[in-house]
Amino acid sequence: MHKAKLQNKIAIGSLYGISGLVVLILVALLGYILVSGLPQLSWHFLTAPAKAFLKGGGVGVQLFNSFYLLILAMLISFPIALGAAIYLYEYAKDNWVTSAVRTAIEILSSLPSVVVGLFGFLFFVVKLRLGFSILSGAFALTFFNLPLLTRSIEDSLRTVSENQREGGLALGLSRWETVNKIILPAAVPSILTGVILSAGRVFGEAAALIYTAGQSAPALNFADWNPFNISSPLNPMRPAETLAVHIWKINSEGIMPDAKAISSGSSAVLVIAILLFNFAARYLGKRLYKRLTSA
Amino acid sequence: MTKKRWFQGIGLILLVALGVFAYQTRQVSHAGQSITAVGSTALQPLVEAAGEQYTGEHLGTFINVQGGGTGTGLSQIQEGAVQIGNSDLFASEQKGITSKQLVDHRVAVVGITPIVNRKNGVQNLTTQQLTAVFTGQVTNWKQVGGADRPIVIINRAQGSGTRATFEKFGMNGHRSRTAQEQDSSGMVRQIVATTPGAISYVAFSYVDKTVDALHLNGVAPTEANVIDNHWKIWSYEHLYTNGQPTGLTKDFIAYVESPAIQKTLVRQLGYLSPDQMHIERDVTGKVTQIGGAR
Amino acid sequence: MKEQSTSVASLERQLKKHSKAAKLEVWGRVVSFSALVLIVAVVVAIIGFVASKGIATFTTNHVSLWDFLTGKNWNPGIKDAHGKPEVGALSMIVGSFLITILSALIATPFAIGTAVFMNEISPNRGAKILRPVTELLVGIPSVVYGFIGLSVVVPFTRSVFGGSGFGILSGTFVLFVMVLPTVTSMSADALRAVPRFYREASLALGATQWQTIYKVVLRAATPGLMTAVVFGMARAFGEALAVQMVIGNAALMPHSLVDPAATLTSVLTTGIGNTVMGSLQNNALWSLALVLLLMSLVFNLIVRLIGRKGRLQ
Repeated sequence: MHKAKLQNKIAIGSLYGISGLVVLILVALLGYILVSGLPQLSWHFLTAPAKAFLKGGGVGVQLFNSFYLLILAMLISFPIALGAAIYLYEYAKDNWVTSAVRTAIEILSSLPSVVVGLFGFLFFVVKLRLGFSILSGAFALTFFNLPLLTRSIEDSLRTVSENQREGGLALGLSRWETVNKIILPAAVPSILTGVILSAGRVFGEAAALIYTAGQSAPALNFADWNPFNISSPLNPMRPAETLAVHIWKINSEGIMPDAKAISSGSSAVLVIAILLFNFAARYLGKRLYKRLTSA
Repeated sequence: MTKKRWFQGIGLILLVALGVFAYQTRQVSHAGQSITAVGSTALQPLVEAAGEQYTGEHLGTFINVQGGGTGTGLSQIQEGAVQIGNSDLFASEQKGITSKQLVDHRVAVVGITPIVNRKNGVQNLTTQQLTAVFTGQVTNWKQVGGADRPIVIINRAQGSGTRATFEKFGMNGHRSRTAQEQDSSGMVRQIVATTPGAISYVAFSYVDKTVDALHLNGVAPTEANVIDNHWKIWSYEHLYTNGQPTGLTKDFIAYVESPAIQKTLVRQLGYLSPDQMHIERDVTGKVTQIGGAR
Repeated sequence: MKEQSTSVASLERQLKKHSKAAKLEVWGRVVSFSALVLIVAVVVAIIGFVASKGIATFTTNHVSLWDFLTGKNWNPGIKDAHGKPEVGALSMIVGSFLITILSALIATPFAIGTAVFMNEISPNRGAKILRPVTELLVGIPSVVYGFIGLSVVVPFTRSVFGGSGFGILSGTFVLFVMVLPTVTSMSADALRAVPRFYREASLALGATQWQTIYKVVLRAATPGLMTAVVFGMARAFGEALAVQMVIGNAALMPHSLVDPAATLTSVLTTGIGNTVMGSLQNNALWSLALVLLLMSLVFNLIVRLIGRKGRLQ
């Protein structure tokens, strides 16, 4: 018995060690990004437009583009993914067709995003004549995002206990009502986590956007909110370089003297934005869950 | 329930009304012409900056400039999907370009120089030595008079304009052995700066104090030497159009070729203007004197 | 009499009419089904697109499939001694597999260890620290991973293991950090799915905590853990930008872990902008994408197989 206890101590100790090491790696990574990036941040950096080859450019336009593109992409992809996940989990019979559909969706999610980007380029930009635009980018991101989102929503539905489903049906509710009134509210926190995670991936995506939303960010007039004007921030038909694409571009071909500073500053901004997302969504998820389930 | 419906209805009507209002009051002047230029990432900053200046001076026009690579630019201009294809190469040098319709507009000259890590101890190579280094006949810097350190070759990607120019004029058409490949100048410079024994090649504008630019056969990589062709490793930057350009495309290309851009932006971005060159070189490498600056 | 029959008829009509709930049910079914159809259409479109472009290398350019899979020289622009283009993808396929398997080998113990810690030993700290941090890391763009790799990992590999620093080893380190969060959170899910009474029964029998974890929890969760690892491998296999920056992109057969090598994705992303649509060079790159697609199909089938085995037990 002594031996078992010793073994126990050693094993638990090494588990502490392993997780400590993992936390250390992850924290070092975040720390590295923040330490090298935070000194570059200033109000000017966050709001000024980028400069092609001179010092002192900012990332204001890129930052706005990233958020706008993310919101559009989410608006398009979330309802589709939700519908598909509900059908797959609640309605579809467990046969080879369903299984083939699931496999196909998962294959898509492990395709390199540059392939999705090129497909988007040939289809949306060239064929449908949308040009290099936010809209093309949002569609490409939707393609990239759908498999991930569908999968994670389906997983969320799975976490809701089968009892709740049976309870709903036993009360004489139809399947759709059960899903709508019982399952979805119960799954909200978990769905939200999935949405945040995929939002994070979308926010940091570069390769799929290089060929669709484009690599140039024309100056915007932030006083003009009419979506039909070319310099309006809301216009979905203008080319829009996002923050992640900007990092990629200045690292590869940037000739401004402060390229390195801009790139580490932008990385820090990205990480902080994702951090804020996480906190906001966690908070919202808790409140939403309380309202939906206790009401 | 019905009250909620009412509010929803009113909200929808308001939204539509707002949309119609926005559409009616849009800036009509901006609904003018727009053209798209796609291709070489190296050329993108120049065309983009020129485009911004042009649209600033000519209201109602929009020049959309995107990267994507020389290959993408040439295939899209061949297909006619865009108005201008930006290229680092002559179109006929690019495999897969068959169209005879493409019209070449040379807007800049770019000098390319071998760069090495600062600790390699080499300042000058002959063309033979450089070729030997890149073809793998020489594998240590000490064999060409440098420090005792293995040579690390970093190439640009296959099909890159910089690589094609470098192999054609720097290595007399020999092909580099298979080695590391990177697809952008910024990456190449960073890797050469941090890797002992590294050698690669970049455009003049990417040379900074983190790397050493090599002299070749005793000739320094300077703009003056490019102008009279003493430094052979240089190439044109091209804007291609499908057929003779018309309308806005024509005006914009004329603008880029005009002194307004050639004497300012082209120089600021580290290029030479074709107007400064004392010679002209065609796709086969044939050189003709053009008698000094025009 | 007459009145009664009409009321029966109206009652019949009323009963036969679909209730509001039933109508809603049909509506919901149709809406959710069409969403699924849309996704399937998207998937089929992309797969069909990649397949048609990738197969063109073999049909229109007449490259033999065998040469493609076993050749070691990758210079699609150049013809070899027999006048055939050099499109051997073997070195890249080997590179992709090596880097995927190595990073999975390193990441697995760390990920499962952390998941066990999060779930079995200190759930509180797990929920408060580990989970948010892992979720945060998923959102860091691969470009940023690549640059950290370039400025930290490559010099580290160079000074410790020699060589130029670029190579499979550096790629492995970067991928290890990239797949760690994914594998960890999926492993944690797998552990969470093990019923509570398994643990209680084992502890009640006098087993230590470690014995419970090792002999009961991990055994019960094995299919789930395997799925997590294979899923991580699939992600590693398809990762492009970060790997491309640290592996060196030399399409050579790897002789050692510190020599520059190439993966399918790194060659694909490096070359695609420099080639012309429809040319052999371009088609050959799409063939690489097709190989990637088929590989992720294989990974998926493996996951499925493991899942089925787990259910049977």
